[in-house]
Amino acid sequence: MPLLSRALQALAVALLVGVSTFAMMRALPGDAAWRIAAGRYGYDNVDAAAAASVRAELGLDGPALPALLQWLGDLFRLDFGVSLVSGQPVAAELAHQLGASLQLALAAVALSLLIGPPLGVAAGLRPGGALDRALLVAATAFRATPQFLLALVLIVLVSVELGWLPAAGHGAARHVILPSLALALGLAATSARIARDATTEIAATAFWRFAEFKGLSRGQVLWRHGLRNVAVPLLTLLGLQFVTLVEGVVVVETIFGWPGIGHALVHAIFARDVPVVQGAALMLGLGFVAVNAAIDIALRRIDPRGAA
Amino acid sequence: MSGALAASGAAPPRRRAGGFAVGAALVLVTLGFGVLAPLVVAGDPFTQSLTKALGGPDAAAPFGYDHLGRSLFHRLAHALRLSPAIAAAAVATAGAAGLLLGGLAAARGGWVDRALTLVADALLALPGLLLVLIVLAIMPGTALGFWAGLSLVLWVEFFRLTRATSRAVLASPAVEASRLLGFGPLYVLRRHLWPEIAPVMLTAAAFGAATAIMAIAALGFVSVGMRAPTPELGLMMVELLPYWREAPFALLTPVIATFTLLLGLILMAGDRAR
Repeated sequence: MPLLSRALQALAVALLVGVSTFAMMRALPGDAAWRIAAGRYGYDNVDAAAAASVRAELGLDGPALPALLQWLGDLFRLDFGVSLVSGQPVAAELAHQLGASLQLALAAVALSLLIGPPLGVAAGLRPGGALDRALLVAATAFRATPQFLLALVLIVLVSVELGWLPAAGHGAARHVILPSLALALGLAATSARIARDATTEIAATAFWRFAEFKGLSRGQVLWRHGLRNVAVPLLTLLGLQFVTLVEGVVVVETIFGWPGIGHALVHAIFARDVPVVQGAALMLGLGFVAVNAAIDIALRRIDPRGAA
Repeated sequence: MSGALAASGAAPPRRRAGGFAVGAALVLVTLGFGVLAPLVVAGDPFTQSLTKALGGPDAAAPFGYDHLGRSLFHRLAHALRLSPAIAAAAVATAGAAGLLLGGLAAARGGWVDRALTLVADALLALPGLLLVLIVLAIMPGTALGFWAGLSLVLWVEFFRLTRATSRAVLASPAVEASRLLGFGPLYVLRRHLWPEIAPVMLTAAAFGAATAIMAIAALGFVSVGMRAPTPELGLMMVELLPYWREAPFALLTPVIATFTLLLGLILMAGDRAR
């Protein structure tokens, strides 16, 4: 049943994206034909004839309802059309940019999982200890720091003042460190808190005390009885963090000049390239649903108790 | 309203006593600066005097001048009125819509509930910044677009919380007893629902305001939010970034203000992981 509700969610996402991008196309402030013609031919080469030819080609006037139905029909046939600016098929453009974004996002998630949960578990084993209190302060501070501000601090400190890492660029491994760190620290702040709370909860259970009582060491108890329980809320959080991650990717890619989907999305919104906006938004929304469906299944495997 | 809050002894205890007071103080200080600063030192956030560009503080501009010779003190005060005003309007709209629709979904159930939940789930799957960007492209006027876009993003949280809390309360024996005694829906709303919902709403409002202010600043920082002459926190940072070696304090003023405001709101929201 949970998979059915995820399928319904995916359908609703597609509908929402279709209607909102259609509204964007229709209700653009200014004349969309002129904006698109400017995007295609450059601002100096636009005249009324160019705008009129764009308007005729894209069917920008005419009644709204048939156009909306046709728009949604194209969407559900997965026909995203061609970019209004470059003339390339949207699917091909997005597939190209998605690779770069996935690289950045995976690096950020991996980094956040290396930083957050281990610290959280260590703090949760000694609630009220020095590490626990320090972690609370640090996590609160990082949660109050927007990703772009973190990116700014990292650029100024690490690449400008110390000169250790490049501030922008794409290709070499050292280019991925700063943008993924800017994303990871915020994610790690939340996952550390979740891991800490889950660990204190588990360490207070009867089965934990029994395991210690029968002579297992701390490490053994944690490994055999603790980690699997801590993994459940962490995995749920990871699914919800997908949206935070995507938002961060949009901002961080723009700041660090990373040639991914977020960067493309901001440019597409500026150039009123609605097919690209629609394709990217749909891919991100369906990506969220797919990731959470996968996590639903993984949770059943880790904790089969709820599946009765 | 404070009476309703105090009466909610049944709500789960939260670790908020100390953090809430500190957070509220930080928010009050930043907002107070935004409102009172122009009254203390008269000045204008838009007047340029290029001879004073990146100059240090003087009597007319206590925080010095930016790269175009505009008073940072007055620009900061203007920015600290703008973002919180948009955030407050968006949170108020989203809160009202979320309360109303969440209550409706919980009270009616059936297909009303399912349809509203489906819309909320679909919105939840899309990144908030993306929705705000799309609404900004549709609506005329940036501030109006931010208000509409942020309201659209934020109502989901209020809706989910109201729906979950109301369902639990409406199914409780206490409400059943009230109904059997002949009390109407208004009484149930005032005596049973509101005392449970109000503290949850307060937390969600503080968190929503933080989200809104972060979104406005983030989009300003990547130059797709507020337009250039308007003093806005993210925009001020990106304008002053190239000059940070000559005038580090100029860049630090919006950074510190943003951080203080957000930290205050996060502390007010309490230790609610998201």
